[in-house]
Amino acid sequence: MKKRIVVLGGGTGGTLVANRLRRALDASVDIVVVDRDDRHVYQPGLLFVPFGAAAAADLVRSRSRQLRAGIEFRRAGIERVELDEDRVVLDDGDPLGYDALIVASGASLRPDETEGLSEALAGRGAHSFYTLEGSAALSAALAGFDGGRLVVNVVDMPIKCPVAPIEFSFLADWYFRQRGIRKQVTIVFATPLDGAFTKQVCNRELSGLLEGKGIEVVTEFNTGEVDGPGRRLVSYDGREIPFDLAVVVPLHGGASYVDRSEGLGSEFGFVPADEATLQSRARPNVFVVGDAADIPVSKAGSVAHFEGDIVARNVCSFLAGQPLAARFDGHTNCFIESGHGKALLIDYNYEIEPVPGRYPSRVGLPLLRESRLNHMGKLAFQQLYWHGLLPGLDIPGIGTDMPHAGKHLEVLSGAG
Amino acid sequence: MPTKSYDGVDVSVDEQGFFTDPSQWREPMASEIAAEEGVGELTDRHWQVIKFMRHEYEEKGSGPSVRALGKTSGVSIKELYQLFPKGPAKLAAKIAGIPKPRGCI
Ligand SMILES: Cc1cc2nc3c(=O)[nH]c(=O)nc-3n(C[C@H](O)[C@H](O)[C@H](O)COP(=O)(O)OP(=O)(O)OC[C@H]3O[C@@H](n4cnc5c(N)ncnc54)[C@H](O)[C@@H]3O)c2cc1C
Repeated sequence: MKKRIVVLGGGTGGTLVANRLRRALDASVDIVVVDRDDRHVYQPGLLFVPFGAAAAADLVRSRSRQLRAGIEFRRAGIERVELDEDRVVLDDGDPLGYDALIVASGASLRPDETEGLSEALAGRGAHSFYTLEGSAALSAALAGFDGGRLVVNVVDMPIKCPVAPIEFSFLADWYFRQRGIRKQVTIVFATPLDGAFTKQVCNRELSGLLEGKGIEVVTEFNTGEVDGPGRRLVSYDGREIPFDLAVVVPLHGGASYVDRSEGLGSEFGFVPADEATLQSRARPNVFVVGDAADIPVSKAGSVAHFEGDIVARNVCSFLAGQPLAARFDGHTNCFIESGHGKALLIDYNYEIEPVPGRYPSRVGLPLLRESRLNHMGKLAFQQLYWHGLLPGLDIPGIGTDMPHAGKHLEVLSGAG
Repeated sequence: MPTKSYDGVDVSVDEQGFFTDPSQWREPMASEIAAEEGVGELTDRHWQVIKFMRHEYEEKGSGPSVRALGKTSGVSIKELYQLFPKGPAKLAAKIAGIPKPRGCI
């Protein structure tokens, strides 16, 4: 009997898992990838569009063309998953049955959950660079901005690429310096967290950089309202931040079909899973990869890449009736663009927070320190994304498990 | 490890005063912790949140975020801030005798 694997979402995670599985399995297994459109956006590029450093159109490619021969691409909206029937209901009617299901439908933006935000975004009273259209519109707004208060705000965690709003603040500082009007611009970074970043050693480093660049940080700011016409953010505890230009990262949730699929997701539409095997808590034949997962890890493309290796191996084991042997260690790897042609690199996992040192070993890119090399790494990531990550290749020197060599782990004993 | 005394019992807490061992918590301790934190008399609405915090902790191993509380506790985020003005997730966790919510990454 033929078996069928259905992959929900043809973004970063769905594409790379499907390609890995197609290589690993023979023709007795069908692989179907479902997505609502055929426009795959290189999301890390969205950070650069507002500053004119990338063109929106250059970030988009066909989804289906990133899939290996022998994978079926099904263009349709996902209505819901019926776990008891082992099938997915699509918006064009035909249910799609599966032997194994991989949830790879990412995170969705939910501006309507914050008072005034949807209206403000629609009326350009506030901006966001988390969508292709938004980042292009912000590019025009920044070009026309000659001075005043630029406020960068994260409504609440979790968000995709949690360092992106900090990078945006760094790049805005550099952008206004290059335009010679930095003195006329106040940059404010308002976060719900009690520091710039959740992990201590990294938080110290980033806070120092923010301070050095004269970026004001407002912590524990829980945005209750975005008042576009009144040009102010209001927190639930009654504090106000006035702005001339607001860049807001809206609340994130899972894909909305998860809410319509009984027993699949959490209250936010993310899908709880075993943090090591990535098997969902809902059913043994359902696995999760990427931003859709409700596990304690950052929502990043690098994470989807490392998880993809684990999910592909475990799905193969599952179909063969064998125990799930592959285990994800929480490995995360992010470049943090800091302006002036420099970037930092952080590399960590469930157990070990970002520390200084080098990656992937004693000779390699400097960790948690600004350097030109890291900036070049960040730029090179775009080519690596289309030609290494998405095809589901193992990238030489960059293993799935977090490397320990090269890291100054001794700093953690003093971190408390 | 610091300790504190509530309702005549010594309990272990972290540097910020969150319980490290939730099993040491008893209901009568709640009003003492609340007073320390500047949260006035505990009403039924406060108790609804406190009980929900403990329930979530037992189920999931970590206290919920404000956003999760707003979605699932039956108390809106606005009201949560009225009940626990300086940060509902943290204050309610402290009063409910559970560790500091992990927060997100
Ligand atoms: C501004 C920004 C900067 C970033 N920078 C970086 C970076 O520097 N480095 C890094 O590693 N990561 C970065 N990321 C994060 C990275 O892009 C994501 O973590 C990654 O793309 C997640 O992959 P995914 O497969 O989980 O989700 P996605 O790639 O978003 O794919 C989800 C797919 O599911 C489909 N889908 C959802 N619901 C439905 C439905 N109902 N019906 C049909 N299809 C559906 C969507 O169309 C989408 O194609 C950044 C993200 C943003 C927004």
